[in-house]
Amino acid sequence: MKTSYTSKVAGVLCAIVLVALAILFLGQKKVTAAAEGKITGTVKLDGQAPHQKPIDMSKEPSCAAIHKDKPVTTESVTAGANGGLANVVVYISEGLTGNEAVAAPSTPVEINQKGCQYLPHVVALDAGQHMKVVNSDQTSHNIHPQPTKNPEWNKSQPPGSAPFDVTWANPEVAVPVKCNIHPWMRGWVAVVKGPYAVSDESGAFSLSNVPPGNYTVTAWQETYGTQTQKVTVAAGKPASVSFTFKAK
Amino acid sequence: MRTDLLKLLLGSAAVLALSVVSPAQVTQFDEEQQLGMESHIGNLTGHANKAKENYRRYCLGCHGVSGDGEGENAPWLEPKPRNFTLAQFKCRSTPTGTLPTDEDLYDTVGRGITNSNMPAWFPLPAQERADLVAYVKHFSPKWKTEKSGAPIEVPAEPQVTPERIKAGQALFQKLECWKCHGVEGRANGVSADTLTDDQNRPIKPFNFHDSARFKCGTTNHDLYKIFMTGLDGTPMPSFADNVKPDEAWDLVFYLRTLQPMPSKERQIAKQLGLKPINPNAPAAPAPQAEAPSAQPAAPATPAAQPDATAPAAQPAEPASQPATPDGAAPKP
Repeated sequence: MKTSYTSKVAGVLCAIVLVALAILFLGQKKVTAAAEGKITGTVKLDGQAPHQKPIDMSKEPSCAAIHKDKPVTTESVTAGANGGLANVVVYISEGLTGNEAVAAPSTPVEINQKGCQYLPHVVALDAGQHMKVVNSDQTSHNIHPQPTKNPEWNKSQPPGSAPFDVTWANPEVAVPVKCNIHPWMRGWVAVVKGPYAVSDESGAFSLSNVPPGNYTVTAWQETYGTQTQKVTVAAGKPASVSFTFKAK
Repeated sequence: MRTDLLKLLLGSAAVLALSVVSPAQVTQFDEEQQLGMESHIGNLTGHANKAKENYRRYCLGCHGVSGDGEGENAPWLEPKPRNFTLAQFKCRSTPTGTLPTDEDLYDTVGRGITNSNMPAWFPLPAQERADLVAYVKHFSPKWKTEKSGAPIEVPAEPQVTPERIKAGQALFQKLECWKCHGVEGRANGVSADTLTDDQNRPIKPFNFHDSARFKCGTTNHDLYKIFMTGLDGTPMPSFADNVKPDEAWDLVFYLRTLQPMPSKERQIAKQLGLKPINPNAPAAPAPQAEAPSAQPAAPATPAAQPDATAPAAQPAEPASQPATPDGAAPKP
């Protein structure tokens, strides 16, 4: 009687282990099979964006001259047309099995220092993906990211010097970037694993190469923080998700 | 059968409970593990667990029990004590963004940091300083997961020549060192007032007229390393990408001319009649071509019209006028 019970338990355990293995195996197969899945959507701002202060660049005449006609403002909230919210990083924070992150995109992203601003203001990239740092200005910049999960570095880039290349080993959303010479300069580098996107002027974004599965999608905005949503991507059918940040 | 099932449940509950309790034990275990940290300086091996008492006696007051730089003296100190948990250090021989070598930390402990409250711990025996280096390292797990950077290569110091000093000045202009350090190295550049460190605390650029000693050492070799590696955690970036090793020596020699103590470099600069750079000059001219005299009183204001003042200032004999008002004993 007793032995039969333990054998039963053992049998059930074996079955559970087998099922788990099968799920793991199938899951992996799913990932390698389909990589065309998509998650699209928009990010909206509910309410009035906070006032963006104009930036005085008179201490850097070469940059002030560039913005002579249209003074630059801070970019802590970039609201676009139709209530769209730009510069929001959207990425998959849960549900990836890890396989899709192995191959970081081979094309580098670029961050350009132009008119004493970072263009784009928010850069997203895959851990391990290359980032090209360019200085298009007639002045020296020092590019000084302040990460917490990656090593902090600080490099000078005088006018006319060649672009340099960096990679980030660890996911971190997001790393503030500053230039000590021009204290108004502020940019962000979001390091993620797997598909990512940054919302455009209308708030639209599109995550590609998402295999079918259940995911948690996170949207990060520099002033408002993060929001998450659950999404299911079915084979051959793009999923859609929308985020709304309340203006504060 | 029922009781068996109950036992099984109880057993698994016990296992679960244990795994919940364990985090406290893990951190305890980690601390023990971290205290196994070593440092290797030449043929000295430092052991963190041997430095406990020395740290408590000499370091804790400023750097804090947990090495976070929040010791009880910290609120009254400027600049603030180093936070060892971040494993970020100014004085390195390694590229920006990498950990320093054990020797770098050992040198800092022994030398102290000029213009700060960090004294030189040279009086402590070498072995005890090596132990303290290991103790400093035990505060951050980074020392287990990352390797120290490879020290940058510093070529042998060449002879100082007038050409090298002139080339160094051209670099000082081109790299825009003066944006923070000022045209005469008086820490009064246009960006000097808004500088902040990585904790967003105000920080001052180095004033070359203040001291013969730099933050990370006194020698030309130390000065070379400062701008080629950058001082991580401060606004001072690394210039390694844009300055060739040989050019770096030119800049070293020029920076020496800004300092108050008598030196060969200063003498040559005087013979050359070297004037402070003009921040308004176009990007790539020969600095000597139009050498307009920048006013020492307001060197940072770009509003000064060089054209208007140049004719009046130029006839003045350059050699008879030291470039800096506080020039050390301007005897011909």
